[in-house]
Amino acid sequence: MISDDLLGNDAHWAFGTDFEDPLAGVDTTVPDGVDPASLARYCLMLGDDALVLSQRLSEWCSRAPDLEEDIALANVALDLLGQARLLLARAAAADPSVVPALPDDSPVPAEDALAFFRSPAEFRNVTMAELPNGDFAEAITRLLLLSTCRLAEFESMAAHPDAVLAAVAAKGRKELAYHRDFAARWFVTLARGTAESRRRVLDALDGLWAFWPELDAPAGVEVVLDQVFAAADVSRPEVAPARGLGRECVHTEALTDLLAEMQSVARAHPRGLW
Amino acid sequence: MSEWPLYEVFLRGKRGLNHVHVGSLHAPDDRFALMHARDVYTRRNEGVSIWVVRACEITASSPDEKDPMFAPSGDKVYRHPTFYDIPAHVPHL
Amino acid sequence: MTVTETELAEHFEATVARGDRIEPRDWMPEAYRKTLIRQIAQHAHSEIIGMQPEGNWISRAPSLRRKAILLAKVQDEAGHGLYLYSACETLGTARRELTEKLLSGKQKYSSIFNYPTPSYADVGTIGWLVDGAAICNQVPLCRTSFGPYGRAMIRICKEESFHQRQGYELLMTMMRGTEEQRAMVQESVDRFWWPALMMFGPPDDASPHTGQSMAWGIKRNTNDELRQKFVDMTVPQARALGVTLPDPELRWNSERRAHDFGEPDWDEFWAVVEGNGPCNAERLDRRRRAHEDGAWVRDAAVAFAEEGAR
Repeated sequence: MISDDLLGNDAHWAFGTDFEDPLAGVDTTVPDGVDPASLARYCLMLGDDALVLSQRLSEWCSRAPDLEEDIALANVALDLLGQARLLLARAAAADPSVVPALPDDSPVPAEDALAFFRSPAEFRNVTMAELPNGDFAEAITRLLLLSTCRLAEFESMAAHPDAVLAAVAAKGRKELAYHRDFAARWFVTLARGTAESRRRVLDALDGLWAFWPELDAPAGVEVVLDQVFAAADVSRPEVAPARGLGRECVHTEALTDLLAEMQSVARAHPRGLW
Repeated sequence: MSEWPLYEVFLRGKRGLNHVHVGSLHAPDDRFALMHARDVYTRRNEGVSIWVVRACEITASSPDEKDPMFAPSGDKVYRHPTFYDIPAHVPHL
Repeated sequence: MTVTETELAEHFEATVARGDRIEPRDWMPEAYRKTLIRQIAQHAHSEIIGMQPEGNWISRAPSLRRKAILLAKVQDEAGHGLYLYSACETLGTARRELTEKLLSGKQKYSSIFNYPTPSYADVGTIGWLVDGAAICNQVPLCRTSFGPYGRAMIRICKEESFHQRQGYELLMTMMRGTEEQRAMVQESVDRFWWPALMMFGPPDDASPHTGQSMAWGIKRNTNDELRQKFVDMTVPQARALGVTLPDPELRWNSERRAHDFGEPDWDEFWAVVEGNGPCNAERLDRRRRAHEDGAWVRDAAVAFAEEGAR
């Protein structure tokens, strides 16, 4: 319909050729010496973090402080959604027993069965990812804390004996480095902007810091974070840690609500084709 | 309420090509302008390198300045009513 | 040597007549500038408000693949609004000013976005019919006489082709699914068909701006021409999909070599334009809240930039 001479012939597509099946053509055999069940469990932890945070970030769509930030937050949400798809698909391929049972004639692919047909008590994401959205300062602070940790996790995961996971890590590292830089830049900007923005970012940090221990930050993360805090002229809050047990599948009501909404259409049509 | 300044964005589509003007955006400073340019104008891998410059820092010729007849009119935005901010409650302007 | 308004106008008219583009620093008649600002702003506002009806489904998209597609699509609309606001800014109107005019109701956006989206099939129907109609409107605008507008439209049209395809593909997939899904698709098409036809604007004899806009090369086709083109294009697509279009008068006219079709309800059209559509208040309210809630962020960034400059 749109002529090539007018628009040029360099159409860029939003997605790669492997968009239908995130692991199409990939050898998903679990290597010797890797326990499939614990590999799947690890993939679900990281996949659920990405899925749930992506869902929270996408709630910002059409609500961000300006169009540029609307687009930026959607980019982060899309990156995380892509990571979630790969990790959930990897979990299902490594250990099919983690995938909820659906009717035999169900056309639902494994990644969607995991996302849409598990109950809250089967999700392994950390609590910080599922907390209800607050203001922009809260979104930025949460993204800073989670992406800093996740980047470090992915950096070590790049050497994982499972080639699939190593490849996911190699791709995801670049995305996460950008997420962290974006969040860090905004964190410093808000902390040193106006009195109001500083108050908001400090409130956000106080609220989120209780859930920091649950992230079990890999070595080196706190050093990076301290640099950002120093640039922002912010010190680590003194807050008693909350009892975050997301990795053990214990969640707040916020996750129940999030999933009820996210899963509503898929569950209404368990034999639906989408 | 403040508005972020306008930036012009230039992209190098691939190595060996010039940077080409692709559009504009708003950003509070140069670093944010670069990040916004990446987010807004390279969503489909359109670029390998980005330049941003504040629109007000571009020096431009008038398109018709080779023709002296039209030279005096080119950049006088103040000739246009939309150049002036009039409070909304003032009628018939 | 002084240049008279007449000479400037002649130069302008000659440029447009040659098919050359007018660029921001060229002299242009004030009415041309105003018409452009009105049209580009309306178009930009439509992209931004248009994020909402589909955006409401991002959180509930029924597969991760569909969620990614929908989020990328709605994000594109923010981008399109941004490109168009930028084109408008070259005419001397700041984005902030345009946003304020949208929020105060002084400038309009496309009425189609005042219709609700109660079903996931609406995501597909909007892609197919609403974006399809938008593409009919927009492809000719790539050749519009004002350079920045045409360039923005080229970028937008490139991206929009993905939008229409994803919508049609969603509907095709749903039609291959369950009986319930097929009924959802038909019900959605029934609701969106007439509003989609109204997107081309009132009939030519009730469209006061069309003549002048065509003479200036801002518009390239009349509303009725584009509406006809859209109907002719859509009928075979509907057949391939297996849905019926809700118009008993719709049939092929072999003499005209075009489809005859019924008259949209223009009273409804004007009612929605005047702000009495099902979702007008809700759409503007969400936009207003986002703008107001973001004020402290925009201010903080300016304050920080100023501190850095010192």
